[in-house]
Amino acid sequence: MSFNNLDQLYRQVIMDHYKNPRNKGEIEDSVTVDMNNPTCGDRIHLTLDVQDGIVKEAKFDGEGCSISMASASMMTQVIKGKPIDEALKYSQIFSDMMLGKEYDDSVDLGDIEALQGVAKFPARIKCATLSWKAMEKGIDQQSE
Amino acid sequence: MNIQEIRRQFPILDQEVNGQPLVYLDSAATSQKPLSVIRALDEYYKGYNSNVHRGVHTLGTRATDGYEGAREKVRKFINAASNEEVIFMRGTTTAINTVAQSYGADNVKEGDEIVITHMEHHSNIIPWQQLAKITGATLKYVPLQEDGTLSLDDVRETITDNTKIVSIMMVSNVLGTMNPIKEITQIAHEHGAVMMVDGAQAAPHMKVDVQDLDCDFFAFSGHKMAGPTGIGVLYGKKKHLNAMEPVEFGGEMIDFVGLQDSTWKELPWKFEGGTPIIAGAIGLGAAIDFLNEIGLDEIEKYEHHLAAYAMEKMSEIDGLTIYGPKDPGQRAGLVTFNLDDVHPHDLATVLDADGIAIRAGHHCAQPLMKWLDVSSTARASFYLYNTEEDIDRLVNGLVKTKEYFSDVF
Repeated sequence: MSFNNLDQLYRQVIMDHYKNPRNKGEIEDSVTVDMNNPTCGDRIHLTLDVQDGIVKEAKFDGEGCSISMASASMMTQVIKGKPIDEALKYSQIFSDMMLGKEYDDSVDLGDIEALQGVAKFPARIKCATLSWKAMEKGIDQQSE
Repeated sequence: MNIQEIRRQFPILDQEVNGQPLVYLDSAATSQKPLSVIRALDEYYKGYNSNVHRGVHTLGTRATDGYEGAREKVRKFINAASNEEVIFMRGTTTAINTVAQSYGADNVKEGDEIVITHMEHHSNIIPWQQLAKITGATLKYVPLQEDGTLSLDDVRETITDNTKIVSIMMVSNVLGTMNPIKEITQIAHEHGAVMMVDGAQAAPHMKVDVQDLDCDFFAFSGHKMAGPTGIGVLYGKKKHLNAMEPVEFGGEMIDFVGLQDSTWKELPWKFEGGTPIIAGAIGLGAAIDFLNEIGLDEIEKYEHHLAAYAMEKMSEIDGLTIYGPKDPGQRAGLVTFNLDDVHPHDLATVLDADGIAIRAGHHCAQPLMKWLDVSSTARASFYLYNTEEDIDRLVNGLVKTKEYFSDVF
């Protein structure tokens, strides 16, 4: 069995986020988004504390595969402390990365870069993007 | 049964996936198609594609003969009393929806009950939820035993004189449980209710005799039984079908059309509005010929053997949980499981890298997942073309998956 491809998917840093999720939990009295992936049952409960256009705090809860949960953990890590337009910019970069498009790598992508390999597994892209979609929705709600 | 000879009839199986020979263990989702079915579709489109029941030209007659000939094959296959009781539809989902929308709307009212079980597929839950909402009826669930079977005592307790429809799957697509449909039908009838059977996971794998079961409706899909996608069957007792209104109106299903009013054709055509699924029906007919040639009893016996073999080998894997009846004699040819804390999606991706196709997810049975207290599961499902070697590959793949994730979990 050739696991070379798999190793690109299941990078150590991903498994580390899966095992030790950052920002797991819930912020009270905050922007709340619940999203799920109806085809596989993955679900995320995301709470965002946005003040003066800045994501002060981001926490998530949920269940799903390693890719969906690691991506959620990385997402919260990246957007914490960032202005909302910057958080959305990361979301765009991540989306491009998943679609295998050229993406803006002038910014520090941190751990997110480890998810690059997901693009080669089309059946798993939805797992990785679930939390990012939740974040976009949360920012949308907050702006209304 | 000569498996190698059977496998040669399925050209799709002879390929590599991710550099490994394909092991296809997802037949409960959709089965592969033998050459004879592929040929039947090809011959129809190349030789006699034409609309049915209208033109007087030769091709039209040949297409009509092919289509109606397929209906006769289906009738024999499920032992329906008459061709009028065999209606071609898109699949099991459409068939159940038709009964809910037509029979249900006419016969269910506020205060009535519809009875299903906790193991049903979404396609045998939601049509009844909708019917209950519209009519004000109550949707009741027969609970499951610890091992994922139904007890007839529970069935007796759930069905009452207020029950108008009982709708239950013959074989569970997740647990593999084979339900005592004949006995349940009898209980339903004692209370004046009709019995609808979701036969999607039964018809491909075992002999079905609707007259022996005495069920009122029986639905199944062609694509899970070596036939094409987009074709399925609703069987209904003539007395019900005669009294029921069609749910789709248009060409093909009418008798006389006036400006304000129209009348319907007789059975079965009044339920087949629009140009029917001609190629699909012909393909399904070819699939039935194929299965009959091997013999449904043989197929069922062989799949029981595969299930027993798989359960034995898989139970040896430490940390592997199998859901459903423990006794292989009590279950159909599929095994649903979880491996340690490896998420089924991750599991399926690793197996796919090894050329093994299984299903991961909730299998369109969210209430059942809730009952099992899991968010999703992995499932390996077998058909007549699978071998012990396929199962060995699966077991080997599972062991490797465990090793692969060993430093994580």
